[in-house]
Amino acid sequence: MEIAFLLIPLAVMLVFVILGGLWWAIQTGQFEDLEEEGSRILEQD
Amino acid sequence: MQNATVKAATYNDTVVRQFSIMAVVWGVVGTLMGVIIASQLVWPELNLGLPFTSFGRLRPLHTNAVIFAFGGCALFATSYYVVQRTCQTRLFSDKLSAFTFWGWQAVIVAAAISLPLGYTQGKEYGELEWPIDILIALVWIAYAINFFGTIGIRKVKHIYVANWFYGAFILAVALLHIVESAAIPAGWMKSYSAYAGVQDAMVQWWYGHNAVGFFLTAGFLGMMYYFVPKQAERPVYSYSLSIVHFWALIFTYMWAGPHHLHYTALPDWTQSLGMVLSLILFAPSWGGMINGIMTLSGAWHKLRTDPILRFLIVSLSFYGMSTFEGPMMAIKTVNALSHYTDWTVGHVHSGALGWVGFVSIGSLYFLIPRLFGQKQMYSVKAIEVHFWMATIGVVLYIAALWISGVMEGLMWRAMNADGTLAYTFVESVKAKFPYYFTRALGGFLYMTGLIIMLWNTIKTATSGKPVTVDVPAVVAHA
Repeated sequence: MEIAFLLIPLAVMLVFVILGGLWWAIQTGQFEDLEEEGSRILEQD
Repeated sequence: MQNATVKAATYNDTVVRQFSIMAVVWGVVGTLMGVIIASQLVWPELNLGLPFTSFGRLRPLHTNAVIFAFGGCALFATSYYVVQRTCQTRLFSDKLSAFTFWGWQAVIVAAAISLPLGYTQGKEYGELEWPIDILIALVWIAYAINFFGTIGIRKVKHIYVANWFYGAFILAVALLHIVESAAIPAGWMKSYSAYAGVQDAMVQWWYGHNAVGFFLTAGFLGMMYYFVPKQAERPVYSYSLSIVHFWALIFTYMWAGPHHLHYTALPDWTQSLGMVLSLILFAPSWGGMINGIMTLSGAWHKLRTDPILRFLIVSLSFYGMSTFEGPMMAIKTVNALSHYTDWTVGHVHSGALGWVGFVSIGSLYFLIPRLFGQKQMYSVKAIEVHFWMATIGVVLYIAALWISGVMEGLMWRAMNADGTLAYTFVESVKAKFPYYFTRALGGFLYMTGLIIMLWNTIKTATSGKPVTVDVPAVVAHA
């Protein structure tokens, strides 16, 4: 099962990339005033 | 110079139109291939005795056509539309957009020629030979640059949740495709996998399961989070839940692949880990499904009159059903009965025809009239007819394969008192005949619905004309 040595680190690395994405989103204020953002798509076309 | 300013102030809907039309065309072609191979299982004479038309070669053509041609074109079309509308900016590059369209169509044509000729890497959903794999990688990188480039030049600070789903789908598919397709070429249309034995099987199902998770789920959830609120004219039931749905889903999906390899040479602990993570996946999936359906709260009456909304909501019901059935089938004791039977095929089609197909069809019915300056499709009555044909088709299809799958699973394991098998394999094949017939009939109804949609699309396109939409002045935002 040497393939586990590729797939598991790859998946762990990916988790860190995803965590980085989540961190970035929180820090840049993507998640402030969420419900208003939900309705914005209905305003324009 | 002046031209450039004028161009920058409009959306690039040309590429959206191209992909939308081709999605409908490939939908008809892909389901036609499905009806042909389903009929071959009922009447084997339809293999025609030719290698090019035999089940083994046409089956990968069917799966590639419906997933990558129909599903792929629908994802390209809607992601390009949604990212422009929600970021209020034109696509990053017109040249890259055109390249993704023509490159993707070239991939599809190459698949349609090479698969019947017998060129295959033999990996499920990753059959295409290495030169085509390289073209796919190039198109995909162009797609990623174009999509994330558009996010980069957005005029709205907040990135709408649909774009997160589309973005995860694009990145994950790039990674999956490259790892899965690693092979040593041995001639122009021949190669050997870079992995051997059980390693190859594990990579195959790491890819195969995540292709379902990211190509057929994350991408289409992006579609759902834009087109369901738009068509219902109500915001998502809980926007916060949609954010939780996104992060929970992408954190857990990557780990569930081993459930495709229960009771194989794969180590036991890997199988059990895959099973547990498949069970956990149930929670984010149902969170998203409930969020989508509850978007209609207070507007349920619209379902009575709006066939497009009906497509979208029924798609969510099938999403809920498939994401309950999937984790259940991943339990090792259930899998011992279901694996290698038609139950698996039925499960896939409840997801593919019911969820992926319906949400794409609903979104395309929303898009196509707008792309040609019309208020609605040429015939709303035809959408209604399409809805009922597709629904009856899916129900016949999956009910037939549930019965046939459980039946053959039970027949295979049935034993006489002296420990010998109660049935020969061919007896289980013979017993499936009526269910195979019903499945072919269900598929035929589903395909006919798509033919009606193609007619409706051509009528809508020819009675309107392509419109260019201005990017609106940026609205004030926090």
